[in-house]
Amino acid sequence: MKDPERVVIAKECCKGCELCIDACPRGVLEMSEEINSSGYHYSVFANKKDCNSCTLCAVICPDMCIEVYK
Amino acid sequence: MIEAKVKHVKPAVFYEEFFRKGTGQRNTHYCPGCGHGTAHKLVAEAVTDLGVQDRVVFCSSVGCSVFAYYYFDCCNIQCAHGRAPAVATGIRRVLRDAIIISYQGDGDLAAIGTGAIVHAANRGENITVFFVNNAIYGMTGGQMAPTTLVGQSTKTTPMKRSVESEGYPIGMAELLSSLKAPVFIERVSLGDIKRIFKARRVIRKAIENQVAGRGFSFVEILSPCPVNWKMGADNARRWLLENMEPVFPVQNFRDRADDSRPGRGNKVKEVSDEEYYDLFHIEEESSSCVMQTKHTVGTQSVKIAGFGGQGVLSAGVILAKAALYKGLNSTWLPSYGPEMRGGTANVGVIISSSKIGAPVVDRPDMLIAMNGPSLDAFEESVVKGGLIFVNKSLIKRKVAREDVRTVYVPATDIAKELGLVAAANVVILSIYALCSNVIDIDTLRKIIPEAIKKRNLISINLKAVEAGVSYYDKTRCEV
Ligand SMILES: Cc1ncc(C[n+]2csc(CCOP(=O)(O)OP(=O)(O)O)c2C)c(N)n1
Ligand code: SF4
Repeated sequence: MKDPERVVIAKECCKGCELCIDACPRGVLEMSEEINSSGYHYSVFANKKDCNSCTLCAVICPDMCIEVYK
Repeated sequence: MIEAKVKHVKPAVFYEEFFRKGTGQRNTHYCPGCGHGTAHKLVAEAVTDLGVQDRVVFCSSVGCSVFAYYYFDCCNIQCAHGRAPAVATGIRRVLRDAIIISYQGDGDLAAIGTGAIVHAANRGENITVFFVNNAIYGMTGGQMAPTTLVGQSTKTTPMKRSVESEGYPIGMAELLSSLKAPVFIERVSLGDIKRIFKARRVIRKAIENQVAGRGFSFVEILSPCPVNWKMGADNARRWLLENMEPVFPVQNFRDRADDSRPGRGNKVKEVSDEEYYDLFHIEEESSSCVMQTKHTVGTQSVKIAGFGGQGVLSAGVILAKAALYKGLNSTWLPSYGPEMRGGTANVGVIISSSKIGAPVVDRPDMLIAMNGPSLDAFEESVVKGGLIFVNKSLIKRKVAREDVRTVYVPATDIAKELGLVAAANVVILSIYALCSNVIDIDTLRKIIPEAIKKRNLISINLKAVEAGVSYYDKTRCEV
């Protein structure tokens, strides 16, 4: 079965400050190789199966780009 | 299985959309990694969770946080540079229930506004101050702030800040701690996740203190400014931890939340209207307003708009002064934001036979449009049945609306014939005087020598009045 999309990141809103990467206790998020239309690398929900929906990334994001589902 | 969203992404006190950069925008204008974004969110969460959104008056300062009103859905006041604590004091004295937040940068609070913050703190005003210390002037492009570290290079200390030349950085939390009145002073840091969560608690506490009427709370927030520090967001956080924190110790300096000494801003004795009248020997309220016009004016809101150099603002001055001369009240509020440079300038004038509250003109009764973009911008805002003057020398189109009255005047052409294009405004004003009941043409003739600053232009402007009169006589522009 596919790993669930617990974390949804609005990639066009992300400015690449990397706070969510620091916040995630399980190293789930990674920075993208590509850039978004504003020219920033953005956060990507990468290691999906390690996520337990703790919401820390969403809480810390200053631009409110992240939604977490359980 | 994915069942439900577990975290609402946006605190309720934030607007759903941020209009700053266009419709549908969801993120702030702050740079990547800027502490302002985080600080905004922490304040927003605290306000939302404490359930005081409807009572909040957010006093924003000058600096990168100048646009806080695009984000916070509450009462907002954008204060003069450094003066947010003084504005907050004024509000405190008249709105007893307000939760007043003064949100300031370090250039704002610790340089230009040093006096304002020290005295507000010393009076123990029941307000909450958030002081975002990023060791630099952010908005203006990275000049030295009073909080810039020794050895830090900035635009204005390219050879690095030195003690000999610029002195030591100011610790505002320490400085305010020498005062008796403040109840809560703490310095927090946004240098890493743990610290951000600590800051969250402290920010909440500082607002709670005010809700409970305890007095002056101050939170200094050490905050990264990656762009002006010339590093990436993650390096900026590291730099903050390694360099700022040793100079600005992150700690609580005072917590006297339980202390109930007198001298809190909240408990100032209220002065009644009668007492004010006595104090200033004011006899009766509006005896100075004698209505001399043909009909009762009530309140007339006027918007005059054009591009720079068309005398838009001075037309407003003339109109407002003429109203005063007639014994009416008037206000004059120019508008020429930084983003409108080279574009349109406009002024709102309110004329009234009674007291005027706010000087803002959103729905004018009359619009004088001096150029095309002004008509485009304000046509819709005119009230139904209102009056639009169109400078038809420059505006080639007709007014689209059918529920307003219109007067077309080739004002710029008439003024050009007189030899002063900038007198076009006066041509229109004189026609306005002739066909409205608000001011009259003799008043205009009397006011112009007073209202026009450049002496050598008075006579030509008086000629413009007469040119307006004869155009009106010739065409009888019906309104
Ligand atoms: C009276 C006045 N003086 C100077 C300025 C120019 N000015 C705009 S922002 C600013 C400094 C802002 O720095 P800070 O308070 O540290 O805020 P930041 O942008 O770093 O958040 C200055 C000097 C102004 N707008 N008004
Ligand atoms: S210049 Fe500095 S203070 Fe201003 S938005 Fe950018 S990072 Fe923030």
